[in-house]
Amino acid sequence: MSVASDSWDWLTDSANWSGDAGIPHRTLEHLQYTGLTIAIAAVIAIPLGLYIGHTGRFRGLAVASTGALRALPTLGVLTLVSLNTGINLTATLVALVLLAIPPLLAGAYAGLESVDPATVDAARAVGMTHWQVLWRVEVPLAFPLLVGGFRSATLQVIATATIAPQVPGPGGLGVYLLGGLAVGDYPRVVGGAVIVIVLALVVDLLFAVVQRLTTRRRVSTPDRV
Amino acid sequence: MRWIGNNTDLILGYLASHVWLSIVPTVLGFLLALPIGWWANRVPAVRGVVLSVGNVLYTIPSLAFILILPGVIGTGFLDPLNIVIALTVYAVAVMARFASDGFASVSPAVLDSARASGFGAAGLALRVELPLAGPVLLAGLRVVSVSTVSLVSVGALAGVDNLGRLFTEGVFTGNTAEILTGIVLVVALALVLDLLLVIAGRALLPWSAGARRVRGGVA
Repeated sequence: MSVASDSWDWLTDSANWSGDAGIPHRTLEHLQYTGLTIAIAAVIAIPLGLYIGHTGRFRGLAVASTGALRALPTLGVLTLVSLNTGINLTATLVALVLLAIPPLLAGAYAGLESVDPATVDAARAVGMTHWQVLWRVEVPLAFPLLVGGFRSATLQVIATATIAPQVPGPGGLGVYLLGGLAVGDYPRVVGGAVIVIVLALVVDLLFAVVQRLTTRRRVSTPDRV
Repeated sequence: MRWIGNNTDLILGYLASHVWLSIVPTVLGFLLALPIGWWANRVPAVRGVVLSVGNVLYTIPSLAFILILPGVIGTGFLDPLNIVIALTVYAVAVMARFASDGFASVSPAVLDSARASGFGAAGLALRVELPLAGPVLLAGLRVVSVSTVSLVSVGALAGVDNLGRLFTEGVFTGNTAEILTGIVLVVALALVLDLLLVIAGRALLPWSAGARRVRGGVA
């Protein structure tokens, strides 16, 4: 039989949909790594990005260092940290966090930069403090681009978390891809790849909906006022 | 350092293959995206389709994409062609948007005067629109080239020789020097290709470098 129909059989085999090695559990693991990565990366990147966007300081440094971070091969970081700490889940998170920081940082500072300076001046003129300008004017107006940064970071992490099982320990959907390749079980490889692709498309769609809703709210506000 | 000295041939072989696997999809993607972007700029409906299809294609995770191709087009599982095709698709997806934006950045007045001075449709596209879209096309090429270099290393997991092999072998044999060598070479390759693109841009698009200087001088 062809790889395509064997993969279909793998995907529809109920044995692959239950237990700790089943598709639902592996998908959950994959989403847990992704969520944890994005949370850690956001704690680092969002305050930095807001600071850079609000003050305009260190912008050149941010652009240069995010460019260099983007060139860093995630597989290299993953294997390097894993080899030198021996803690493979930490290695996975370090590698994925480094991957997620550039889009989050760029979304934050580009978002604030996209806010019309006249609006910020007006907010200052009516007596808002720096914090009020940031939280009540800049962040709400920058929201679509901020969400865009999260969207891009999340998708890259979902895609790249598949390489985590290259070091022993971590699970997630990459187990099907790399484990299947190792033993030449190609229906499992292709079936796992299909699951990863569907997951990425579904998450992307959710972000698209959030972006549309937040943009629409922003556009409709002047009518209500 | 001793490991590098003893394995120069291996490293250079992986480097050569990495260069090849990075350049082919970038160039192919660029050439395929040009007509698509040009057409998208002409017809708004086409632009909508190109942007949404490009977005969906770019959303497909790379390792999954490389590994699903044998099931879709019947290539072998460890065939380097899978990587070339997947990375070319990503390159087209990103580049078509830049190409469309680039052609849109050409001033309509310039197009009118070119038509008035007797340029035909083909001459207009190749000798007026293409060079004037150059700066945006270059920006797109730089994005594609950096991300392609980084994505190629993932191909090592699909059994294709390139610098990514230094990671998979290094973690297997516990060799930190090998992994570090790989990281340094991948980043260096990305930076060198980027620098070459910038230099080529200066040579081919002298007016854009000049414009930047003038603007910088005024500010």
